[in-house]
Amino acid sequence: MADVNITVDGKAVKTPAGTLLIEACKSVGIEVPSFCYYPNLSLQGACRMCLVKVEKMPKLQTACTTVVAEGMIVTTDSDEIRQARKGMVELLLGNHPLDCPVCDAGGECELQDMTFSYGAAESKYIEPKNHREEQQWSPVVFFDRPRCILCYRCVRVCNEGMDVAALGVQNRGVSSIIAPNNEDHLECEECGMCIDICPVGALTSGSYRYKTRPWEMNHVGTVCTHCGDGCKTTLGVRRADTGMEIVRGDNRDKSGINNDFLCIKGRYAFDFANHQDRLTQPLIRKNGQLTPATWEEAFELIGKKFSAIREKDGGQAIGVIGSNHTTNEENYLLQKFARVVLGSNNIDHHRTADFPAFAAALRGRANATASMRDVYNAPAVLLIGNDPTEKHPLLAWQIRSNVRLHRSRLYVVNSQPIKLRRQAAGFQLIPAGAEGAFAAFLAGEDAALASLGGSKDGWTALRDKLKTEENLVIVFGSELREGDITALVKFGSAVPGAKFLALADYANSRGAADMGLYPDLLPGYLPVAEAGKFHQEWGGIPSAPGLSLPEMAESAKAGKLKALYVVGANPIARFGIDPFVFSKSFVVVQDMFLTETAVIADVVLPAANAYEKSGSVTNTSGDLQLVKKAGEVTGTKGDFEMIVRIADAMGFDVRQLVPFGRGTRADMGQTRGAQSGEADRHAVWLEANGLELKMSPFDPMAILDEIQRLVPGYNISRLALLSGNDQQTNFAASGPAVAQKPELIVPAADGLFRSGTLGRYSHTLHSVMENKDRQPSEEVAAD
Amino acid sequence: MADLVSHSDEVKIVSRRFGQGAANLDRYLELDGYKAVQKALSMQPDDIINLVKNSGLRGRGGAGFSTGMKWSFVPKTAPKPKYVLCNGDESEPGTCKDRLIFEHDPHSVIEGVMIAALAVGSQAGYIYIRGEYRYLSNIMQKAIADAYARGFIGKNIFGSGRDLEIYWHGGAGAYEVGEESALMESLEGKRGIPRIRPPFPAVVGLWGGPTVINNAETLASVPHILLGGAEWYAGLGTPKNGGTRLFCLSGNLNKPGVYELPMGYNLKKMIEEVGGGIANGRKLKAVVPGGSSTPVLLPNEIDVAMDFDSVAKAGSMLGSGGVVVLDDTTCMVKFALRTIKFYQHESCGWCIPCREGTDWLKKTLTRFHHGAGQKKDIDNIQYLAENMLGRTFCPLGDAAAMPTIAFVKKFRQEFEDHLDGKPCPYEKNVAEPALA
Ligand SMILES: Cc1cc2nc3c(=O)[nH]c(=O)nc-3n(C[C@H](O)[C@H](O)[C@H](O)COP(=O)(O)O)c2cc1C
Ligand code: SF4
Ligand code: SF4
Ligand code: SF4
Ligand code: SF4
Ligand code: FES
Repeated sequence: MADVNITVDGKAVKTPAGTLLIEACKSVGIEVPSFCYYPNLSLQGACRMCLVKVEKMPKLQTACTTVVAEGMIVTTDSDEIRQARKGMVELLLGNHPLDCPVCDAGGECELQDMTFSYGAAESKYIEPKNHREEQQWSPVVFFDRPRCILCYRCVRVCNEGMDVAALGVQNRGVSSIIAPNNEDHLECEECGMCIDICPVGALTSGSYRYKTRPWEMNHVGTVCTHCGDGCKTTLGVRRADTGMEIVRGDNRDKSGINNDFLCIKGRYAFDFANHQDRLTQPLIRKNGQLTPATWEEAFELIGKKFSAIREKDGGQAIGVIGSNHTTNEENYLLQKFARVVLGSNNIDHHRTADFPAFAAALRGRANATASMRDVYNAPAVLLIGNDPTEKHPLLAWQIRSNVRLHRSRLYVVNSQPIKLRRQAAGFQLIPAGAEGAFAAFLAGEDAALASLGGSKDGWTALRDKLKTEENLVIVFGSELREGDITALVKFGSAVPGAKFLALADYANSRGAADMGLYPDLLPGYLPVAEAGKFHQEWGGIPSAPGLSLPEMAESAKAGKLKALYVVGANPIARFGIDPFVFSKSFVVVQDMFLTETAVIADVVLPAANAYEKSGSVTNTSGDLQLVKKAGEVTGTKGDFEMIVRIADAMGFDVRQLVPFGRGTRADMGQTRGAQSGEADRHAVWLEANGLELKMSPFDPMAILDEIQRLVPGYNISRLALLSGNDQQTNFAASGPAVAQKPELIVPAADGLFRSGTLGRYSHTLHSVMENKDRQPSEEVAAD
Repeated sequence: MADLVSHSDEVKIVSRRFGQGAANLDRYLELDGYKAVQKALSMQPDDIINLVKNSGLRGRGGAGFSTGMKWSFVPKTAPKPKYVLCNGDESEPGTCKDRLIFEHDPHSVIEGVMIAALAVGSQAGYIYIRGEYRYLSNIMQKAIADAYARGFIGKNIFGSGRDLEIYWHGGAGAYEVGEESALMESLEGKRGIPRIRPPFPAVVGLWGGPTVINNAETLASVPHILLGGAEWYAGLGTPKNGGTRLFCLSGNLNKPGVYELPMGYNLKKMIEEVGGGIANGRKLKAVVPGGSSTPVLLPNEIDVAMDFDSVAKAGSMLGSGGVVVLDDTTCMVKFALRTIKFYQHESCGWCIPCREGTDWLKKTLTRFHHGAGQKKDIDNIQYLAENMLGRTFCPLGDAAAMPTIAFVKKFRQEFEDHLDGKPCPYEKNVAEPALA
């Protein structure tokens, strides 16, 4: 659209036609106050804070509803305007309880700020304020009615943004109130978006309310550790006698791929970290019992055992299982440790998507993977399988927002009537398990129609329509594996600008795959037989494929696997493995809790979680982001440090493992225990100035140089990473991979209110009534 | 049901069939019913619009916008269906005229809607009637059913090959729903809160389609204009204020009632002659000339022609034609309180200034009238109302603020007489204020 010229406070402003006046003012740094206006939500014109003078109009006009017009002359500051704003604030404060000293929003409240800016210090009323009782709508959502200024942001974000519509307005006049959808309580997705968007302290969070004051927390911007989508979240952290306590997760920093969004897990389910069952001391099995021990004892024992087995039975007698939740640096280090220190390719992880097949299919194709941001911007999206509302809440939000704000066309092919069909321009129900047949049909195999049901004409019309979509983003669930993915990519290659996105379930599932937690693949999907550059870097490494996770169990059962090293995983529970198969193996587990796997261990090392460490993670769409350490829980260690310690205890020269102090250029500062944003700024500054720091071998960043150098697709801007930006990695230069057995992929049983082992230790997730299999928290504690 | 009154100065056009049993379709036909719409069927839409424009008919709902002009804003072709709405939500205190039309001449409203629909190319009309007018809804619904039964509305009306559906819809008891965009929300089944404008209803209205909305009296006037001609109608009133209108005389008068008088009829004469003067030999104190939202006029300000422009010049508004006459036993503080109680009760609550402002005005005036007033309250009342004026989302906020400002400005002394714990000087004389 053509640009329009207007004048605001004497400044000439050029802005695209159709721009709202309030946004045009913002674009030249003129702030027009607002309560009800919120970008990307429908317009209300309700709070009347944004009144400005538009020449030739007799009355003041609301900048939030006025669209710029050529030649418009606008004044945003005058006695009349200031009085209008002051008048509005006075009217709001009239009935406002002014309990700022105890209000959660105190210090972060738009009404406070507005009062500060426009002044309404003197109350003109002597009648009592209208009072109403506070209400609890759900374990996570409380409503303090007197504080509500009726800006309707909560109603809109729930309705328009979440497509839940759990909130509405009841009654009229001064009796107007925001009300939940089920008489006195909410039945909804419990995302807390309504709380985050509330400009005042009317909606407050069950887990945070009355706990602290905003200025008493450190605010640490990191990445949610629950699902594969990688939302940026800001953790509010306090010191506590356990070392630290996370009291809030929110979205103050809207710079992330998720912009406004967080789901219940990102916003509340950090509470597993404070669970009473958290391990804070190493445990060693003595006389059959797991008994508290010192770190030195534990490392010495592991070092001795691992060395002895490696010497006697060779590396192939040791198995290593990595994690979907640990950082890229840790995963990279772990597989390097297995291959270089243990001399074993027996390394695997819980796979939730066929990334090797995906990488192989996209090899040599630049710009073929869709980022989370692409999903928000693409003119059309095809979704095959999965139910993102349940399993990929951010992805679902991106799709909904794209359809709502950009009129993107969504096509859904699923075996269930999933909620996203409500946004779909086309929805096709298929029999369960027919997702692969659909991919085959797309690729031109008409025989596959037999498994799809429905009419041939309908399917052909859909395929033809999809072929005409430019810049189509094709999103698929783990129902598609191996050849299905090849077929899908074959189809997409014929669609100009098409990009792909494979859905995997955990916070760093993609990173685990990219970093080579496979028995037959090195980092970057390079087959172990073609280890060329890694041989050069690392010296000799075994070139025969190692054992997959189930094969390790088999080998242990046969008495061949003498040791198992599990880092942040729970294979016994996830794969239903009989724990007794490991009864003769020496088992080491690094975890936060005594999981089903940890209880069979000979040594259990208490681990830090993703909120307690620094590093990077890669979400399911390949967006690489920085995780920052919110603080330390006393008695735990990061997995990175523990791996290095074990190598050290085995007598290995750790400099061969972690090239610390050798030409690396930046450090996170955070390993020294710093918690505030200061350390991040420090790191950015060091990086920008090309300064080198002495680093310890326990600094995860020490290995990032090697990852950037050796893992295709990961040569990203270090500065952008440290600054908290997301960057997309891709498969263009990936290795050719090797075909994987499809049955090795075991989708997580997670949903909106479930999050694997972590979720079991989250009181919040168990407390909400929508969690269908919730248990009283005592039972949770017991398992 | 209200008694009909009459006066020799009346020019009966809209009220022509009052008391004639015209709710009966046959009787309506005897009294020239459905002739105008048949004439309209033979006319070009633009000619209908021009005829109405030239008649000088201005909206009887309150704002007084030229009806023909409003119709001309509707685009000729539109991707969505067009609608005609009859606003029969009549709830402004002091206004009680549309109810007589619904009671005595319901078919004239149907005919008016039909002509408007033909003029703008719409095939559906809604007649929205105030929720409290339950008994009138029955009459209106029967009239619609009768018209359907004769094929006057529905498919192929009067054998013209054109289709036109007309529906009835009842309100749920909200004054605010008389505001045109809130009425559309209500019709769509939502809470009765107004919409952001622009876009205006003529372009984006009901269900997103171009929509004409007119007051019931406005629409009931249209058939007469079609039959009598634009010049005849325009000639009845003053320049730019064509025809007659129903004035609702209420308050302390000898002969209150609804009278149809030419536009521009003198207000003083209306009170003294048509309304029979002040009752019980008391003196005139103030007049609210156009419904409770219009600023009050003092006795020395009422020598004014009752047309939209002249009353505006006199500092008030012709509004919806509700003339409320107050005698010298009326406590103006209590009257101000009664007025604001209404608006506080009816505020939809959407926007801050009206929702909070009417509530604080009500609280302050209540205390003030009960003798606990402070001197600064008087300024505060004015300050509050001025903070609302012109800044609310819809005109209801203005409707509350304007009269309040006028009461304080014009009767400041009376407010001061309530100070210092003094009892209301009028309390013994008047049990209830005029607008009960
Ligand atoms: C608060 C409020 C209440 C209103 N109530 C009515 C009403 O009851 N009847 C009516 O005809 N117009 C009412 N109006 C005016 C309508 O918005 C609209 O202007 C009118 O129906 C247009 O018809 P007209 O052009 O024929 O007057 C009201 C306006 C406001 C702001
Ligand atoms: S928590 Fe989320 S889903 Fe529930 S009411 Fe608030 S915004 Fe809506
Ligand atoms: S609860 Fe908060 S967001 Fe919702 S209307 Fe009230 S002030 Fe606005
Ligand atoms: S969508 Fe995923 S990444 Fe985002 S907050 Fe929820 S669980 Fe965390
Ligand atoms: S002025 Fe505001 S609160 Fe009052 S009726 Fe109109 S929209 Fe509702
Ligand atoms: S921000 Fe414009 S009216 Fe609320």
